[in-house]
Amino acid sequence: MSSASTVLTSAAGETHGFLSPTGVEIAFLLVGLVTFGAALVTVTTKQLVHAALWLVVALGGLAVEYLLLTAEFIAWVQVLIYVGSVVVLLLFGLMLTRAPIGRSPDADSGNRWAALLVAVAAAAALVWVVVDAFRTTWIDLDGPAAGSTEATGASLFQNWVLPFEALSVLLLAALVGAIVLSRKTKAEMSSPPVNSRTATKSSRPVTESSQSVPGARTNPAEQEGAS
Amino acid sequence: MTTTTLAVLVPLLPFLGAAAGLLLGRTAPGFVRPLAVLPTLAALALAAVVAVRQGGEQAVDAATELTPTGSVPIELALHIDGFAALVAVLVGFVATCVQIYSTGYLRDDPRYPSYAALVSLFTSAMLLVVYSGDLMVLLVGWEIMGICSYFLVGHYWETPEARAASLKAFLVTKLGDVPFLIGLFALATDAGSFRITRVLGSVASGGLDHPTLIALLLLAGVAGKSAQFPLHTWLPDAMAGPTPVSALIHAATMVAAGVYFIARLLPVFEASQAAMVVLAVMAAVTMTGSALAALAQDDIKRVLAYSTIGQLGYMTGALAVGDRGAAVFHLLSHGAFKALLFLAAGVIIHAAGTNSLAAMSRMGNLRDRVPDAFWTMTVALLALAAIPPFSGFFSKESVLGAAEHVVTGHTEHAPGAAGWTVLVAGLLTALLTAAYATRLWLLAFRGRGTEAPDHGRQPLTMTVVLWVLAVPSLAVGALAYRVLPDWFDGRDLTPTLATSVLGTGVALVGAIVTYAAWRHTATMAAASPIGAVAAHPEGDAGLVEAEAIASHAPAYGDVASAPDPADPSRLLLGPLHRHAAVGFHLDALYTALFVRPVQAGATLVRFLDREVVDTYVRGAGALPRLLGAAVRRAQTGNLQTYVSALLAGTVVLVVAAVLVATGA
Amino acid sequence: MHLAYPAVLSALLFCTGLYGVLARRNAILVLMSVELMLNAVNLNLVAFDVWLSKAAEETLHSGQALTLFTIAIAAAEIGIGLAIVLAVHRNRGTADIDRLRDTAEGHESQSSDGADHSDGSDGSDSDAHTAAQAGRAGKAEATA
Repeated sequence: MSSASTVLTSAAGETHGFLSPTGVEIAFLLVGLVTFGAALVTVTTKQLVHAALWLVVALGGLAVEYLLLTAEFIAWVQVLIYVGSVVVLLLFGLMLTRAPIGRSPDADSGNRWAALLVAVAAAAALVWVVVDAFRTTWIDLDGPAAGSTEATGASLFQNWVLPFEALSVLLLAALVGAIVLSRKTKAEMSSPPVNSRTATKSSRPVTESSQSVPGARTNPAEQEGAS
Repeated sequence: MTTTTLAVLVPLLPFLGAAAGLLLGRTAPGFVRPLAVLPTLAALALAAVVAVRQGGEQAVDAATELTPTGSVPIELALHIDGFAALVAVLVGFVATCVQIYSTGYLRDDPRYPSYAALVSLFTSAMLLVVYSGDLMVLLVGWEIMGICSYFLVGHYWETPEARAASLKAFLVTKLGDVPFLIGLFALATDAGSFRITRVLGSVASGGLDHPTLIALLLLAGVAGKSAQFPLHTWLPDAMAGPTPVSALIHAATMVAAGVYFIARLLPVFEASQAAMVVLAVMAAVTMTGSALAALAQDDIKRVLAYSTIGQLGYMTGALAVGDRGAAVFHLLSHGAFKALLFLAAGVIIHAAGTNSLAAMSRMGNLRDRVPDAFWTMTVALLALAAIPPFSGFFSKESVLGAAEHVVTGHTEHAPGAAGWTVLVAGLLTALLTAAYATRLWLLAFRGRGTEAPDHGRQPLTMTVVLWVLAVPSLAVGALAYRVLPDWFDGRDLTPTLATSVLGTGVALVGAIVTYAAWRHTATMAAASPIGAVAAHPEGDAGLVEAEAIASHAPAYGDVASAPDPADPSRLLLGPLHRHAAVGFHLDALYTALFVRPVQAGATLVRFLDREVVDTYVRGAGALPRLLGAAVRRAQTGNLQTYVSALLAGTVVLVVAAVLVATGA
Repeated sequence: MHLAYPAVLSALLFCTGLYGVLARRNAILVLMSVELMLNAVNLNLVAFDVWLSKAAEETLHSGQALTLFTIAIAAAEIGIGLAIVLAVHRNRGTADIDRLRDTAEGHESQSSDGADHSDGSDGSDSDAHTAAQAGRAGKAEATA
């Protein structure tokens, strides 16, 4: 295999230059630009719901990229799971945490400049290394699709059965974990906070609500005893 | 059993008793009293057997080398001659009496177990000193006595007086012990051995290179232990301890250790004329000064304490004129009657509820309340004042006789100046001794006024002991001076006519003058009421005494004296009384000379430590603290900051790794 | 197709997600950024799998299989993550990551400082007051 690949790459290096892109490459570049732009908007927009929607664009763009890379099954799974369920879940999450609709000026934390620095440095390093390493590597997209549903299914159920089953157990565990987490938080909401520090730490609205709670909920005698 | 075995058992038994008492004291209180009394009693019996077997013949010597030391060997050695045998009997006798007495005296004391164990340990240490034939082993016993004395003086540690007194006793005796230790080393280096027999042998052959230095160094330790001027100041203060402790430690045994030590090593001291003169001057100053101070004291026990210092002065005086037979004779008789005096004083304090003579002189019928103490104390005071035929007379006359021998040039043991000093001071002290003995007796037993408070019957253990102790004071002296020379050096101890007449004469004069003064002042007593009495009808004697000691200073403004115009000593001493009452300002002098400079030095050192040294330490700590603050500042709790730093570091590392891998 | 295109796109997406994780305040936005990072990895896996499967005669398709696993795990992760965020939001009343600073050095005093900024005029007194009141509320609720 290795000898074949060296032959191929050396041939590709000679025959395929970056200045003469194929059609697939042009499509990949355009979709990639859209995806990257959507991703950038996702992490910079000040409207939280818009961020989720731009995430849909980015993930969808990635699905198209998978298609261009002949990995059709992955592409459909990407659309089904990411665009179909994950983003919906995230939108629900935004809703449940009472995320403000519209522009929120404090969407970015004070850490943004450090984050920008780290991200740009990481990007520079990664791009440099990747380009340096795979400048001449050529993917031959002709022939039978590498990621057709048939090929993927055969590989998955011939070679990857055991990890696949283990993954199902992991999903079950995640399911149970999510349920337990929500149940526990519910119990905590109805019963008093376990440690008073939690109440001390809470932000303004909750502090105010807890200020109003004792008068409303407790009998006067208990109030005296507590104070 | 051989004599050696018996002799080894003598110090060992009280030691084992002390160890058992300390171990079992809390768990088995029932065993404490037998454990205190029986080993001491057995030691007394064994010491008596040893004395009989030794019989003043050739000294018993036994030695076993502990371990080769490479230089001067240290050996477990016994050296029992006539002195050792008899002094051991005295120690055992007094210790037994004190242990029996203590069972009654500290009947209800919660700390009795440790007290009894310490007394046993003390007895054991003293017996070790007496029997030891090796100077190092002797030093061990010497130091154990010091520490036991510290603990026992501080027995009533609830009172500040006892705490201060125990510290003072410890520090002052230690002040003497340091030169003593150096002196011992110097002596052993010169003589090549710690064995007493070899030391004496090399002294006899003139082998000592620095006799004066060694003698003076040793003298410092002896002055500390035997309470001689100028290191005597701890002994009067040590009266803050329980009375049996005073009787055992500060009258009969520990203070006698110094005298006994000189008696053992007298040839070393005789090798230096200067040391003998110093010894004589020390003895003279000690005996006259302490006798004057005793006359002015108000606390009955302090009177006896100063009297002890004076009598020890007689002994050192006898040693200064080179007659150790007379010194040890006086040591023996004094040990008996001084123990009796202290124990009787304990009974009186218990009955009167006070230790103040001024308060006792305003009490009627104290005599009838404690008849045993009255009679035995009278005997002991007569012995103290050296009235014939009591034992004190014979021993004191033997001292004066020895001095007279030197003065008249009958011996070449000591310089004539020493003889004159001792003789004159001895006669003067005889006068003063009789005076303070009379004063004590008159004030304590001939008081007039309200009835003494009833403290119940004295325990049988306490009164019987008094009579037992009275026997030697009464009768033994007349017998002893004929027998003792066989045990000692063979020097004649018979009183000479001149000193006997002179000594008894001045004693009588002192007594009569004091009586006259008392007759004169006693009428004033009723006019000036004074005195505080601790009444604890159900409490044991120790409790009463502790309260009496604690209340003396608040009641009279001073632990030593009382502003009593009816005191005959005021008439006798005149303007001197004020100074004598405080021990001639020696304590104040020491405070000014030593305590204040030391405290000032300590303040300076504290300043240097706190302000100078600590500044550097604080400065050195500032930089790490700043760094720590910076690191703390980094702990913001913001996860994003942490992850940013983590990833930035990762990027840097990766770039570095790539650069290194590609060789760029 | 040049392998460099998907690889560079993947690197850029990954760093975008990285920036989002580090810079976003809302926890759900952070989760979105995490999704971006995961997807960047997926793109890498797919691209290399395609390249290798063409280069070799026989292949396990490990890149594609792992991509599927990653997607499944990402789904699980987003479920658990959202549950945690919701729990935090219910307890603390906020989903802002930079307000969850319980592990900070001198946490109590810092929290009072934070209250000072929001209170403006009266300093730590009012914060202590609210803290006491909140604690009392908790006690009262315990009996209710």
